Amino acid sequence: MSEPILRVAGLRAQIAGQQVVEDVSLEVPATGVTALLGRNGVGKTSTVKGILGLIERSGEVEFAGDRIDREPTHRIVQRGIGYVPEDREVFASLSVAENLRLAERDRAPRRELVAELFPDIHARSAQQAGTLSGGQQQMVSLARALLNDNRLLLVDEPTKGLAPRIVSEVAVALEKMAEATPILLVEQNLQVVRRLASTVVVLEAGRVVFAGRAADLLDDEEKTMSLLGVHSAEDAA
Amino acid sequence: MNRVRAFITANRSWLPWAVGGAFLAFAAILPLLAIEIPGVFPGASYTPGTLQLLALCLLFASLALSYHLLFGTVGLLSFGHALYFAVGAYGLGIILENTELELLPAVGLALAAAIVAASLIGAVSLRVTGISFAMVTLAFAQAGNVIVRRNPAITGGEEGIRLDIEHVPDFLVGVLNTRNLYWLTLVLLVIVYLAVLWFEKSRGGRVAAATRENELRVRVIGLRPIVIKLAAFVLASALAALVGMAYLLLQSGATPRATSADFTLTLLVIVVLGGVGSRWGAIVGGVVYTLLDQRLTSLAGSDAIAGLPDILRIPLSEPLFILGTLFILVVLFLPGGIAGIARSAVTGRGSLRKDRDELEEVS
Amino acid sequence: MSTVVLLLITGLGLGALYFLIASGLSLIYGLMGVLNFAHGSFLTLGAFAGFELARRLDGASWGTFFLTVILGALVGAAVAALTELLLIRRLYNRHIEQVLVTVGLALASVALFEGIWGTDPIYVSAPEWFSQTTEILGARIPNDRFILIAAAVIVLLGIVFFLRYTRFGLVIRAGVENRSMVTALGIDVRKAFTVVFAIGGAAAGLGGVLASHYFGYVSPHLGGSLLIFAFIVTVIGGLGSLAGAAIASVIVAVLQQFANFYLGGTGDLVVVLLLAGVLLVRPSGLLGRKA
Repeated sequence: MSEPILRVAGLRAQIAGQQVVEDVSLEVPATGVTALLGRNGVGKTSTVKGILGLIERSGEVEFAGDRIDREPTHRIVQRGIGYVPEDREVFASLSVAENLRLAERDRAPRRELVAELFPDIHARSAQQAGTLSGGQQQMVSLARALLNDNRLLLVDEPTKGLAPRIVSEVAVALEKMAEATPILLVEQNLQVVRRLASTVVVLEAGRVVFAGRAADLLDDEEKTMSLLGVHSAEDAA
Repeated sequence: MNRVRAFITANRSWLPWAVGGAFLAFAAILPLLAIEIPGVFPGASYTPGTLQLLALCLLFASLALSYHLLFGTVGLLSFGHALYFAVGAYGLGIILENTELELLPAVGLALAAAIVAASLIGAVSLRVTGISFAMVTLAFAQAGNVIVRRNPAITGGEEGIRLDIEHVPDFLVGVLNTRNLYWLTLVLLVIVYLAVLWFEKSRGGRVAAATRENELRVRVIGLRPIVIKLAAFVLASALAALVGMAYLLLQSGATPRATSADFTLTLLVIVVLGGVGSRWGAIVGGVVYTLLDQRLTSLAGSDAIAGLPDILRIPLSEPLFILGTLFILVVLFLPGGIAGIARSAVTGRGSLRKDRDELEEVS
Repeated sequence: MSTVVLLLITGLGLGALYFLIASGLSLIYGLMGVLNFAHGSFLTLGAFAGFELARRLDGASWGTFFLTVILGALVGAAVAALTELLLIRRLYNRHIEQVLVTVGLALASVALFEGIWGTDPIYVSAPEWFSQTTEILGARIPNDRFILIAAAVIVLLGIVFFLRYTRFGLVIRAGVENRSMVTALGIDVRKAFTVVFAIGGAAAGLGGVLASHYFGYVSPHLGGSLLIFAFIVTVIGGLGSLAGAAIASVIVAVLQQFANFYLGGTGDLVVVLLLAGVLLVRPSGLLGRKA
């Protein structure tokens, strides 16, 4: 196996003085989707934010062989990391086109690709992003990460709160994105995880409790139940 | 030196009290001694001039303590604290001038007025938090400033109000009784200190400290932070009003400057200079600031300054320029203020980092 | 009738002045969460810069007037940008300490102005047209009001245009809404901080020159006394809202004029009561976002 694109060692992070990530070490391979799993409130989102420097953190973070844990967020992102935050975080008062324009970093942003992949939002360029549906906002958020030629995508709960039809649309988009770019994906929907992820990392109380092949976890009904508190099969419903 | 540190560390709980008690005792007998500190005191410690200056130091220390209760303890950044000091000074002045009340009932009446004003204004201002709260308190204080300046018949306008001594006991009147006024301000400082301490140690005070860190958490436990904040606001205002009354007695009057936004900003400077979150810091800050202010003012008028070239003379002849610059430097480089320096000197390690964090939590 | 028109237009002129300060305050607060106490000093310095230039040239000519306006704006912008770079930036994200630093700067700068220019008001000269009046609906309106109103409208349109059609404007609008997401898109939002300070400083510096004509003098306390009303305006309008600041500037100033005239000089008090009323009904201000 080749060198991992992202290596995290002993990451600790806090929000408002409260420790939310205790000690996380993980690796994201240079290809495919790595899913970051765990129950609610175990520090998945905080781990992602810690990697990006959006919250106060310590520990080692290595991206494509370079230490990035002392850099400010914008510098880290400029190295080629796309971020799709939890709850989309589109700029509600800006138009769709402005949201996308703001995200353009590369000299030749891939506007055609985005238009092709998300025809729905392309047609709504002039609409205020705040007036879009949740699914459409998610498309905008994904599109922002896709516009640039990133070397890694951090995608946080992209299917949260979406209707089943939209969930599969998002999954298709992610699948297509993963062909070119490795993804670290936080996801609660195990069906989506099963479909996309080759590797999984499970957190509990701010620490890694499982890391390995996706199948090794999801095919083991008992392990899934004890680590995630859900049945791997039943979640399909 | 290490032994001293070890001793201090081992006896941390009672040591501040012992030191405080010693200072208090020393301060109490100061008017009976003949101590001279050239460059700081205008004369020996028993002379009225020096006692007047020292009493002013103590008043500023008390006022800074009351502001510490707001800003340091509860985390309320008020820009209108001077208003309550002014309500005390002007309230007492107006009552003595226009009624036949003796000093004590007049003090009670002025205090009641301050409490009513603080309750009303506090209830409205606390509807907003953070920076908005600062601006709103500033606006109310400004209204007070306008009222004072626009009604010269009652307040003396720009000239200020003069103390009517008819109903003031003789032992508090006149230059020869400065000693008594000095003792009065010392007693007031002790009262303010104990009141602040009482609030901080009370259940409400502990909740207030928790609120400062995490309002949500306190709400979850089911306490109403706003009630405690209002209580702290009213208590701090009442204490400020008492200080204002003592100021009126000491200075035989008060000027509209006492109602100005600059005056509140001065308090903020004192508290930050002394060290946010520290009672001792507020007191030391008040004393140091008052002495600095006096010394810088006389320095500004001195021949040494007058002989300098313009580029040095102009800044050095403005005490507020020097104090403002000093303040900026303290905020940038010594977030723990004087108390922070003292603490790291005593414990032998830099605790600036921690102070910085404490200050951050206030926001 | 003529009195009402006079009060209305004078109120609009004063409101224009408030807006020139409040627009910068509101933008800075919206993007950075900093309440800038030194903003009044930017205004005062702009006014003194204009005065010093007019003193050296022909103060009564229109050319000089326009030069002083430009100089005031440039001085305001430069000092504001330096303030951000040297003082505010070092305390990134420490909002209370940032406020404290601007408080210190306000105290120190006013003292310095007093040292340089003295504490007494200095009267300024202006083109003759300023001191003449124009008759509107029977009211004789001093001409300087029109200059103020025009300047505020131009500044408002300029800021709106800047925010809507430039890359920095886009970053600023996005940053007001969600600053951390802007950085997560790989944008160094601190550059926008400097820009916002410079814009606010320019508006204040320009406002300073105009204020010196409105009041007829410059003094070290010119900015400080206007700043308090600008604070009230930003709170009433809703912190961070430019449109709110514009509307509240007009309401506050017009109300102040009418109360001063009809209610025996109680303008300032009425404004504070208005503030209290707005807070009781809508703590987030007229156009502010819900906290």
